[in-house]
Amino acid sequence: MGERIIEGGIFLASLLAIVVLLGIVALLLRQGLPIFSYAPPWAFLFGTRWYPVSEPPTFGIAPFFVATLWVTAVATAVAVPVGVGCAAYLSEVARPAIRETVKPIIELLAGLPSVVMGFIGLLILSPLIQSMFNLNTGLSGLSAGIMLSLMSLPVIVTVSEDAMRAIPDDFRQAAYALGATKWEVVRYVAIPAALSGIAAAIMLGIGRAIGETMTVLMIAGGALAVPVTPTVPMMPMTAAIASGIGNAVRGGLQYQALFAIGLLLFLMTLAVNLVADTVLERQKRKFQR
Amino acid sequence: MRIKSGLSRQLSQRTAFGVLLVATVAVVLVTLFIIIRIAISGAGALSWTFLTQSPTDAGRAGGIFPAIVGTFYLMLGTLILALPIGVLAGIYLSEYAPKNWLTRVINLAIINLAGVPSIVFGLFGLGVFVLMLKFGMSLLAASLTLACQALAMTITTSREALLAVPREYREGSLAIGATKWQTIRHVILPQARPGIITGAVLAMSRAAGESAPILIVGAAFLIPGLPQSPFDRFMALPYHLYTVATQVPGMPGDTKWAVALVLLAVVLSFNVLATIVRLRARRRRV
Repeated sequence: MGERIIEGGIFLASLLAIVVLLGIVALLLRQGLPIFSYAPPWAFLFGTRWYPVSEPPTFGIAPFFVATLWVTAVATAVAVPVGVGCAAYLSEVARPAIRETVKPIIELLAGLPSVVMGFIGLLILSPLIQSMFNLNTGLSGLSAGIMLSLMSLPVIVTVSEDAMRAIPDDFRQAAYALGATKWEVVRYVAIPAALSGIAAAIMLGIGRAIGETMTVLMIAGGALAVPVTPTVPMMPMTAAIASGIGNAVRGGLQYQALFAIGLLLFLMTLAVNLVADTVLERQKRKFQR
Repeated sequence: MRIKSGLSRQLSQRTAFGVLLVATVAVVLVTLFIIIRIAISGAGALSWTFLTQSPTDAGRAGGIFPAIVGTFYLMLGTLILALPIGVLAGIYLSEYAPKNWLTRVINLAIINLAGVPSIVFGLFGLGVFVLMLKFGMSLLAASLTLACQALAMTITTSREALLAVPREYREGSLAIGATKWQTIRHVILPQARPGIITGAVLAMSRAAGESAPILIVGAAFLIPGLPQSPFDRFMALPYHLYTVATQVPGMPGDTKWAVALVLLAVVLSFNVLATIVRLRARRRRV
């Protein structure tokens, strides 16, 4: 009897993840959707003017959306070659002792809070970027993207390395038997066989970069124009929510618009994570026996 | 694949491995640079007063004691709320869950919950805990928000730790007449403890460093004294760092670094603690 109650409690606890996820969806829909009766979806998504307190207010989120694309693109361009290279080195080349030293350091990188990354970007990277590219300000999508690349690196390295290490050793042995050098094994066997896992790792890294808030809030620059190059100040979607929500009247139009941005953000990361998870599951099954 | 001479193959191998090594060294050096730079620049302004006094002059002088306390309250709140549920859900998924659609949906929800951006958790906390449940901008609302965010991690680590317990333990216990729950309670859970603790400590470390959600649900820049009840507003280290770095003009440089150092020390010491728990458990099992 008592055991029945405990087991019931255990079952209910396991449902909580679903409850929270559905709760997030329900809340974002309920608070965010009403904005579309004021600003139709296409005007909201493609409008280039965000003037929430003008009379009448306009809510076009294209500047934020494009900014998110820029910082994510920069972050991905930096993090993918470095991350996959690092993963290949750790999985295929490094001696165990080196591997066991580097992995905890990557865990440390993963543990650095995003506000600390923003802080370093503000005081060290931005001035550097400003003088390197001769800009009016170093607070730009470029600076933010570079700091974001550091935050998506750990997941890219870890997941790619796991994918490469999961390849059965016979694959490598077969290539060696054909006279391949170690690099040729990496290049023509390990990386291709792990490719879907590496792709999933990159997706997860992208998801991380899209959703990151504090770093972009602090160093992306916060300008409201649609950014045409990555070197100008800009305001990604996460930063738009964080900087606007404090001043928005609860239940007002701006409040609704910010929740609608949250909804879009949620859908984007959801899509990225679902694809990554599907790919990872398939990769896992591939070498199972 | 084109056939090349042995010499050029050796050369391309050396170049390629050189490039991979550079990538690895770059990651390591940047990580160490960030940590060491903060340690060096922050150590100058660190003092007993700084750690034990309240801030004065908008954070330019005095200390950060209330922010340290606020961060520990948040870590504790997250632990109390997210760990029991994480362990219970982990037990269900590893010991009870049948292979059916519901289990698949639960696992899918956990994976996606882990990927939800922290600012979206902030919006969720604002809508549900601050406004709907009327907890207001408070320590309670912030702890609940951070606990929802930590849930995916505590469930996953508990499930993995329980699944790693060898089958023989379960069979041995059932064979001597223990019920399923007695087996879980007295045999499996103790074996899985290090893994569960590792996850809990990591979740606390994550909660300590999180700023975006608490910025929305109740962190304050300056409040007199410590929070007296869960319904009070609070200061927290990450939010304090954000404000002194971006919002306060005329902020002394090394004070900012010192705030960063204290935050980093809290977050990383819990990370290291998690690693130690894991390594000790691994050694014992071998």
